[in-house]
Amino acid sequence: MAAQTLFDKIWDSHVVRAEPDGTTLLYIDRQLVHEVTSPQAFEGLKLSGRRPRRPGATLAVPDHNVPTTDRTVAIADPLSAKQIQTLEENCRDFDITLFDMNDIRQGVVHVIGPEQGFTLPGTTIVCGDSHTSTHGAFGALAFGIGTSEVEHVLATQCLVQKRPKTMEVRIEGTLSNFCSAKDIILAIIGKIGTAGGTGYVIEYTGSAIRALSMEGRMTLCNMSIEGGARAGMVAPDETTIAYIKGRPLAPKGELFEQAVNAWRQLKTDANATYDMTVTMRAEDIAPQVSWGTNPGMVTGIDQRVPDPRTIADENQRQATTRALEYMGLLPNIPMTDIKIDTVFIGSCTNSRIEDLRLAANLAKGKRVATGVRAMVVPGSGLVKQQAEQEGLDRLFKEAGFEWREAGCSMCLAMNADVLQPGERCASTSNRNFEGRQGAGGRTHLVSPAMAVAAAIEGHFVDIRTWK
Amino acid sequence: MQAFTAMTGLVAPLDRVNVDTDQIIPKQFLKTIKRTGLREGLFYDWRKQKDGSQDPTFFLNQPQFQGATILLTRDNFGCGSSREHAPWALLDQGFRCVIASSFADIFYNNCFQNGILPVVLKADEVLAMMNDCLATPGYRLTVDLGNQTVTTPDGVRSCFEIDPFRKDCLFRGLDAIGLTLQHEASITTYETRRRTEAPWLFTDLRYDQGGAR
Repeated sequence: MAAQTLFDKIWDSHVVRAEPDGTTLLYIDRQLVHEVTSPQAFEGLKLSGRRPRRPGATLAVPDHNVPTTDRTVAIADPLSAKQIQTLEENCRDFDITLFDMNDIRQGVVHVIGPEQGFTLPGTTIVCGDSHTSTHGAFGALAFGIGTSEVEHVLATQCLVQKRPKTMEVRIEGTLSNFCSAKDIILAIIGKIGTAGGTGYVIEYTGSAIRALSMEGRMTLCNMSIEGGARAGMVAPDETTIAYIKGRPLAPKGELFEQAVNAWRQLKTDANATYDMTVTMRAEDIAPQVSWGTNPGMVTGIDQRVPDPRTIADENQRQATTRALEYMGLLPNIPMTDIKIDTVFIGSCTNSRIEDLRLAANLAKGKRVATGVRAMVVPGSGLVKQQAEQEGLDRLFKEAGFEWREAGCSMCLAMNADVLQPGERCASTSNRNFEGRQGAGGRTHLVSPAMAVAAAIEGHFVDIRTWK
Repeated sequence: MQAFTAMTGLVAPLDRVNVDTDQIIPKQFLKTIKRTGLREGLFYDWRKQKDGSQDPTFFLNQPQFQGATILLTRDNFGCGSSREHAPWALLDQGFRCVIASSFADIFYNNCFQNGILPVVLKADEVLAMMNDCLATPGYRLTVDLGNQTVTTPDGVRSCFEIDPFRKDCLFRGLDAIGLTLQHEASITTYETRRRTEAPWLFTDLRYDQGGAR
């Protein structure tokens, strides 16, 4: 058999049927469902009299709309409340497992999947959410879909797909102190652009990727979509297997051993080729900060805000000018001169226990700068619980950070956690689009370490030399 | 789903690159549990000026583009969030076709699920149309899915590529789920084989030991 990439192996093992023109009916092993992109899918099932083909292959959780404050109080926004109630009703009607808002296991859909052992190597996973790429960290083919396809997967456990192209992103070397997976992925997007990965599935390879923890790999794969790639993946290894072992929904006993044997075969063959390869040295990656209104508008903390006058391409120049105007930034100022008034540590990109441990230890014994509002939103109820057992909440609170309940929160500001017009936020989330965190709000994407340092100093600082 | 065969329609110009789905429809409009009535949220933030009043320079607020059925825009349209509310809002506003030099994958796919034809043309073709559209009141284009062409008022014809399966589904307005269910036997055969190869993928998450319930 011809040499295959990791992607090829997963794709081929999920082909139900393929037409001569390449149109493929692809089997979907598992689906995650949340309250925002599912009501119309369930409504479609009801209207057509269809039932889910495998309700036991689906897991549902409310995350986008949930308040991150006291859960015993009713949700103030009636529309949010209605959407969450609708998810509960649909899960009941269609016999789908739901972690409701008061369940300790509730959290951001892309945090709870891996946490529960729902996310497994070699699987196909979808969700009506573009950050489904997160699950690729386990060597799964995981991608976001629209609501019509959510309904399609519920009804058939399949999707009609065309085989995407493959891109290898190889990062060799060792990251600088305090540089993280977030800095790697922001640097990659800065290099390939927000459409650079369109039509591709990325496989991340190289010694710097192998050295990442599962949390780091999730951060990395999470933002594949910000580079235009629907999916990103890392081949499973012993780090992956150790993470999965013993999780509630992971296979047990003999089944686990059988699965592990299969997972160890899931890697790109030595002679396999990709349609495209991008390489970077880990040593060349500085802590990243976005300055514009898409995740490709990003630079190192030791750089300056770009000057549109030096950009030759007209489209690029116009887009940069427009972005700087929205962001309220002057060209050529050092990134370290940018002052912030809000800090958000959370989201499906950076809200796992490792992120919180690092952030809490950096905040330990320090104080959030005067005039800065800083909030920490754990990725799930279980992450929150573990952080509290480790005393991280105390470190955050003593330093002046707000400690909140789990959810998507200010990443997309569908709940009450919203930036006001003109507010400027250092955010560990994944999108700095205009208005993403609130109309007129200004978002700078950073790692958790960079976010803590910005909270303490009131402006961005180079974490590598920060005392 | 409504079929798309051919149409001639008024063109609305959105001369920007990288328009993300957060701009097409901001988050506050995602709280609906319906597919309809999303027109109100379409480009909501861009329709307004800083003081909250309507921005008279934005195309949706301009009388000459009322009734437009074709949206003309630039690179990487629809990037970001997978929200299908974006094509729903465009459809609710009356758009049946979006022409751009490139699209983000998920948005492109979502269009086909809703009877909207996304057309990819070369950047220079889009640029020429954009300039003509901005300069010519009542600028209309003819889009022919069968022949895969876009024709300008001057008779200049551009060809576009489209996946044959998607074209057929859109052209005939087929129910995608119904089509897949015609292959029910193949799905069952696959599941039976796969259950032997990888049995750990078939534990029922609802009743798994130590699992959800």
